[in-house]
Amino acid sequence: MKEPKQLSVSAIENGTVIDHIPAKNLFKVIQILGLDKIDKLTTFGTNLSSSKLGKKAIVKLADVFFEDDDINRIALVAPQAKLNIIRDYEVVEKSIVEVPDEIIGIAKCVNPKCITNYEKINTKFKVLSKDSVSLKCHYCEKITDQEHLEIV
Amino acid sequence: MKNRSLVSIDDFSTDEITKILDLAGDFEKNPSQNLLQDKVIASLFFEPSTRTRLSFESAVSRLGGKIVGFTDASSSSVSKGETLNDTIRTVSNYSDLIVMRHPIEGSARYASEVAGVPIVNAGDGANQHPTQTLLDLYSIRKTQGTLDSLNIFLVGDLKYGRTVHSLVMAMSRWNTTFNFVSPEELRIPNEYKLYLNNLGLKYYEHSDFTEIISKADIIYMTRVQRERFTDPMEYEKVKNVYVLKNSMLENTKDNMRVLHPLPRVNEIDPDVDSNKKAYYFEQALNGVFTRQAIICSLLGLK
Repeated sequence: MKEPKQLSVSAIENGTVIDHIPAKNLFKVIQILGLDKIDKLTTFGTNLSSSKLGKKAIVKLADVFFEDDDINRIALVAPQAKLNIIRDYEVVEKSIVEVPDEIIGIAKCVNPKCITNYEKINTKFKVLSKDSVSLKCHYCEKITDQEHLEIV
Repeated sequence: MKNRSLVSIDDFSTDEITKILDLAGDFEKNPSQNLLQDKVIASLFFEPSTRTRLSFESAVSRLGGKIVGFTDASSSSVSKGETLNDTIRTVSNYSDLIVMRHPIEGSARYASEVAGVPIVNAGDGANQHPTQTLLDLYSIRKTQGTLDSLNIFLVGDLKYGRTVHSLVMAMSRWNTTFNFVSPEELRIPNEYKLYLNNLGLKYYEHSDFTEIISKADIIYMTRVQRERFTDPMEYEKVKNVYVLKNSMLENTKDNMRVLHPLPRVNEIDPDVDSNKKAYYFEQALNGVFTRQAIICSLLGLK
């Protein structure tokens, strides 16, 4: 009898697994972390069932490790994401992402009359609230909330 | 304050604000000095604002400074598509300080980050207009002898009025009691009420101000504009409710003064002008002294 063909997602020897990404935001996470340009072995899974999120996505990255500042950039779109750091096939560290106090160059200001929507300027926000994200624009001082959050 | 920019009133501490107001008092006594004799001040008005521009230019001229610049964007390189970044970097090379008015919000903050010289924000869209706020504070302190524990009535368009929002934020530093008088559609936004709540300051909201003004130290009038109303009928209903007439000032306190950022349309009846409690034209004059104080502080001359 012939073995049914199946795609095996093998465990990684060393690297990072990002779990509990809301499925709809997987591509935003990819964009923010620049995973579309990465040359390491990468596996994406999406629309996996999750009791917490409904549908979740997962990213496995071989031989990639993030600095806290870098990984926290995804907190805006995946506030409940969990990181598993793998070394020698073992999970050696688990951590959660944390919304930073300042967001630079990720979100778009909701105010159509803001200078950042007119000239080529890196956006910059002060984080007023982390639970339901609320960002105050460094330039026009208007608030961008979770509902209106757009990633640049 | 030397080499700093003034973009938002929150950029300055209470001590720094007090220093500027004190200095404005010195300029009121002696407005014509040669402090800016060898200085070039750029006056960049990307949108016209005659009153603010003339006030700045008068402030600089009386101190012997030279002014370069433009009075609206159509007569500048902006009309050729130059970015704000390029305009500001270039003008920085020609001047010691830049006064700018721009229709886009956040433009002044951005300019202060790319300019090599101090920026004075003379209004960035609906965002900030800190020199107006400082001249309001100067006028309040001068007429009341203090900024502490006053009862301020703000009347008219409290929803969109930039001067109102900045004044509320600034006065909240001095234990102020606020009375907000406005039509339902133009009430003060919640974020300001939350801010006052957090500071434990008292405020009251009213839809009519005829009888309650006897408690006021300051009545700050603003324009109620027809275009702010989604329903024209609503405007017709309220347009005369927020007009101040001389007869209404009868039972007000002796020290009470009426302020208005100007231009006024019909919200203060001309019969108020001759009342000694009308202060809006003096307020405009105070703008010159306040702007002299701001420019000299940022240039480190005082």
